[in-house]
Amino acid sequence: MSDWRLETVTLEIFMQNIANGITLGSLYALLAIGYTMVYGILRLINFAHGEIFMVSTYFAFYGIAIFALPWQVSFVLAIILTAVMGVIIERAAYRPLRNAPRISALISAIGVSFLMSNLGLVIFGGRPKTFFRPQFFQIPIQLGSVRVVALFFIIPVLTVVLLAILNYIVYKTKIGLAMRAAQWDFDVARLMGVEVDRAISVTFAIGSALAAIGGIMWGLRFVEINPNMGLFPGLKCFIAAVFGGIGNIAGAVLGGFLLGFGEIMLVAFLPGLAGYRDAFAFILLILMLLFRPTGLLGEKQRVRT
Amino acid sequence: MAGNQSNNFMRKAVLAVAGLVLFYLCLYWINTQWDAYKVRILNLCAIYIGITLGLNLCNGFAGQFSLGIAGFMAVGAYTTALLTMSPQIKRAVYFIEPLISPLNSIQWGFLPSLIVAGLVSGLVGFAVGAPAIRFRDDYLGISTLGFAEIIRVVFTNTTHITNGALGLKGIPPHTNLYWSWTFALLCVFVMVRLTNSSYGRALKAIRDDEVAAEAMGVNLFYHKCLAFVVSATMAGIGGGLLGNLITTIDPNMFRFPLTFTVLMMAVLGGLGSITGSVISATVITIAMEALRVLEEPRVVLGIFLPGIPGMRMVVFSIALMLVILFYPKGFMGDRELGLDSFRNLAARFRRTFSHKQV
Repeated sequence: MSDWRLETVTLEIFMQNIANGITLGSLYALLAIGYTMVYGILRLINFAHGEIFMVSTYFAFYGIAIFALPWQVSFVLAIILTAVMGVIIERAAYRPLRNAPRISALISAIGVSFLMSNLGLVIFGGRPKTFFRPQFFQIPIQLGSVRVVALFFIIPVLTVVLLAILNYIVYKTKIGLAMRAAQWDFDVARLMGVEVDRAISVTFAIGSALAAIGGIMWGLRFVEINPNMGLFPGLKCFIAAVFGGIGNIAGAVLGGFLLGFGEIMLVAFLPGLAGYRDAFAFILLILMLLFRPTGLLGEKQRVRT
Repeated sequence: MAGNQSNNFMRKAVLAVAGLVLFYLCLYWINTQWDAYKVRILNLCAIYIGITLGLNLCNGFAGQFSLGIAGFMAVGAYTTALLTMSPQIKRAVYFIEPLISPLNSIQWGFLPSLIVAGLVSGLVGFAVGAPAIRFRDDYLGISTLGFAEIIRVVFTNTTHITNGALGLKGIPPHTNLYWSWTFALLCVFVMVRLTNSSYGRALKAIRDDEVAAEAMGVNLFYHKCLAFVVSATMAGIGGGLLGNLITTIDPNMFRFPLTFTVLMMAVLGGLGSITGSVISATVITIAMEALRVLEEPRVVLGIFLPGIPGMRMVVFSIALMLVILFYPKGFMGDRELGLDSFRNLAARFRRTFSHKQV
């Protein structure tokens, strides 16, 4: 508390912080997309998204550690399994409540989230595990006086590539059109021949797959994984989605980047406030909801009954 | 007619007093005869009844989905602990940074401390509720959850007041069965009186249709704030009792899982039912202890079973999921279990019985 002054930093530390901010921002952005897509279509905070993210890291971890798969295979399998899991969660816990009050669906989502993190504790054990970091991600790269590992480049580049693919799916394909139609109005979309249930399943699959990619990169970046790691990144990424404008994919990406960057910069330049890092996102959320509830890029909220 | 009514009132009053006397006699008997572990569980039951009722007032009766109960409990627990701890213990506990000046030399009795804890958390409840009532449903949930997290982070960092992440130790164990069950009874009483008054009807109107309620002249801001403040006050006093029961508190106790536990009690009992909350808070608190066997290593039929930490919460999460999916209103819905329903049940029973004889 006593140390409010700005930290003086060398160029090297500054660049390191920029790299940290960009990587964390990319990871937040990947997670926030899942929230914003689900919220856009179902008007539901998918509390379990953070746990989906957590479980994906364990899929990747066990693929390497127990089944001795090459890391490429293990990562791809983890992404596919996580996408399937997302679809199953929607079928089992959200679809039966689609016409119930929104609060019931929200309680169900919180229940799934707790069930998964506690099942994680039971199955994976409470002790943190050390994620395996393949050599490929550790190739050092020299940038002037700064030296970083390849991972710091791979994460943002991969994020941008994924965003381009996502953009293509949502705006150029038929299923993307169906998703956007369902986002406007279930009933009218159905009347127009859109299979709403299928669009929702695809939304969950895409969101979960992105969360899995985010989770694997999170494991590569922070190395330690544990069953409770989903809750906080999950909440923060939902906040990022709200910050950017919920339902808007570009907004989620922007919100994720700003939040990740902001967090790193707060800790780097105002170390006296580092203890408040976890509160930063929530303060941002409350201010945003009070003064600009539609978010940075959000349109005027459409009311759907 | 008037005589009949006052007669009725007298009968009710006598019944109530007799019930209370019997109840406290039971508590006295339990306090002297039962072992400390069971008494502690009963204390927890009473505390959770009060807190669950508070949450139910906000989430069930007024329909304001708040997830900030753990934050209010933290405020109450810390306030009570700081007021009841003796200056010597405070000096020993705050070894990193000393406690700020007025707090380090005072020691109050339990009752004024609890009242102050209730007032402080009520105030915090107002500060959280007043801006947050502009949000609805899930946004309200996530922003109140955010407020609770902010409270926790602030408590972790204001070392000169709360001793930071180390928490407080050596809180005097004031809480006993009389304190906790009086608190539970008071909460039930407040809830019954409140929900049967015009305030309660206004809150239910807001829950059912906010726009219609406003059109009928219900002051939304006032009534929502009222629900928040009363709920936060109950949670604060409950938190204070909890702190002085378990004698150590730290900020990490008051994270989201605590809110989840209380929410689960309210949902399983039925959002909008007082008796539902009472029953489910009692049952779940006892089940939490009973299911501890799942997490302890033990030998069953000669086979060694290792304990599985986290198994209890798996069981409870599954129970919550099943209830919300197949029985969304909880065990009681918004109905109540009272003397009247027993009487109705008895009457129905008698009818079927006499029917069979004819």
